[in-house]
Amino acid sequence: MATRGFTGRRPSAAFASRLPPGQFETDDFPVLSKGPTPRVDLATWRFTLSDGPRPLASWSWTEFEALPHTVWQGDIHCVTTWSKFDTTWEGVTIDELLAAAGVSAPSAYTLAISHDDYDTNVPAADLLDGRAMVATRFNGAPLAAEHGGPARLLVPHLYFWKSAKWIKGLRFTARDEAGFWELRGYHLRGDPWKQQRYSDDP
Amino acid sequence: MSGVTPSPPSMPAASPWHDAVVERVAVLTPRIVSVFLRAPLAPGLAGQHLVVRLTAPDGYAAQRSYSVASAPGVMPIELIVEKLEDGEVSPFFHEVVAPGDHLEVRGPLGGHFVWRPADGGPLLLVGGGSGVAPLMAMVRDWHASGAGVPLLLVVSARTWAELAFRDELVALQARAPLLRFVAVTTRDAAHRPGDLVQRLDSTALQRLLAAWGHVPAHVFVCGANRFVEAVTTGLLDAAVPAERIRTERYGGAG
Ligand SMILES: Cc1cc2nc3c(=O)[nH]c(=O)nc-3n(C[C@H](O)[C@H](O)[C@H](O)COP(=O)(O)OP(=O)(O)OC[C@H]3O[C@@H](n4cnc5c(N)ncnc54)[C@H](O)[C@@H]3O)c2cc1C
Repeated sequence: MATRGFTGRRPSAAFASRLPPGQFETDDFPVLSKGPTPRVDLATWRFTLSDGPRPLASWSWTEFEALPHTVWQGDIHCVTTWSKFDTTWEGVTIDELLAAAGVSAPSAYTLAISHDDYDTNVPAADLLDGRAMVATRFNGAPLAAEHGGPARLLVPHLYFWKSAKWIKGLRFTARDEAGFWELRGYHLRGDPWKQQRYSDDP
Repeated sequence: MSGVTPSPPSMPAASPWHDAVVERVAVLTPRIVSVFLRAPLAPGLAGQHLVVRLTAPDGYAAQRSYSVASAPGVMPIELIVEKLEDGEVSPFFHEVVAPGDHLEVRGPLGGHFVWRPADGGPLLLVGGGSGVAPLMAMVRDWHASGAGVPLLLVVSARTWAELAFRDELVALQARAPLLRFVAVTTRDAAHRPGDLVQRLDSTALQRLLAAWGHVPAHVFVCGANRFVEAVTTGLLDAAVPAERIRTERYGGAG
């Protein structure tokens, strides 16, 4: 149904093919979070990989920074309909974390857990094979606190609420356990190309 | 989450697109219009938003979120839209839309930035610019439900003229002793005793909390990102526990 008088400001053809349905491109870098930016101290920071309640491995900031780092470049998409093109992130892929822990993924689902009591579920398949990292740098600089610094999950092929800011751990779970926004009406997986925004989307 | 977060997670019901009819558009401030819509939506909760979809004749569509400013269940639904000169959607609501027009809406959505009368208080609401929209829904719901809890509403805008809902809030405060409304302007003189002229910071927030004399059980902060960041930092400095503070950020640098 057309809206009388609305013509819209279309992206160029080149950009349009990179925009998932219902998204628009912004140069800005909007911030969304459930509460205040938590104060995270690098001196006590730890990242813990666990299988249910059982820790598999954990790293201090110095140990984490010593792991092999990977650079990823590409587009990110927020469920509130902005997309940002050509962003550059650097961090440790989930494959590297598992390798460093000397294990392979113990189950098919994960829950990313943050310092601000935020969590979000991501299928393990969406994290492996170079598809996701724990990012510590954005566009060449340490990740700003309001964008999740010192470290956030980066799962760029899913809506960005899955890329949990201020991450402190990744827990493998036996079942797909809804996280913070998923319990509040957002989709369990969140694929931007399928417009999986709210729980009742296909 | 700690025990002070009372709202159980809520699964919004199915949220298909609905046809909405624009009933009226009113100038609220020099940069904000109120858009009154009639649409068959569930009442929802104070603090939720709608997604609005506009479609061009060739099928190109743009969607944006707008908080509901009217109280849950009140028809017509009031949205307020601030004009961004270089924006795609907001200028449409200032320059094009007219009563009788149709558009599509989805919602109300969002299960976090919500307050229910049963959640109680004391309630601290801090808004910047159009960020007052979801807070206004809470104030109206608070008043309509007769929730007997203290409410401190702090609203920041550039000037007194740009404070959305200013007259309604001044009038409501005169009738509702538990409501305290503090206007904060950044480029204007103070218009009433107790109003502030500055950018909100830790010191100002500590003074406001001390003068209010209550410890907030629930805090909602909404506005542009920089505003939310400054206010939440100030509240943490003022020893308000992080888990009592919920935020909604409208993006943008303003
Ligand atoms: C949950 C939620 C609720 C919202 N509720 C409201 C509401 O009640 N009222 C309201 O007016 N808006 C609200 N917004 C913001 C709204 O969704 C749009 O982002 C806004 O209207 C701008 O859309 P646009 O198409 O006009 O501009 P766009 O075409 O999207 O943006 C144009 C450019 O302006 C800049 N920009 C974008 N947003 C801002 C900003 N806020 N300040 C400064 N610069 C900016 C960006 O650089 C952008 O590239 C809400 C957003 C969210 C996520």
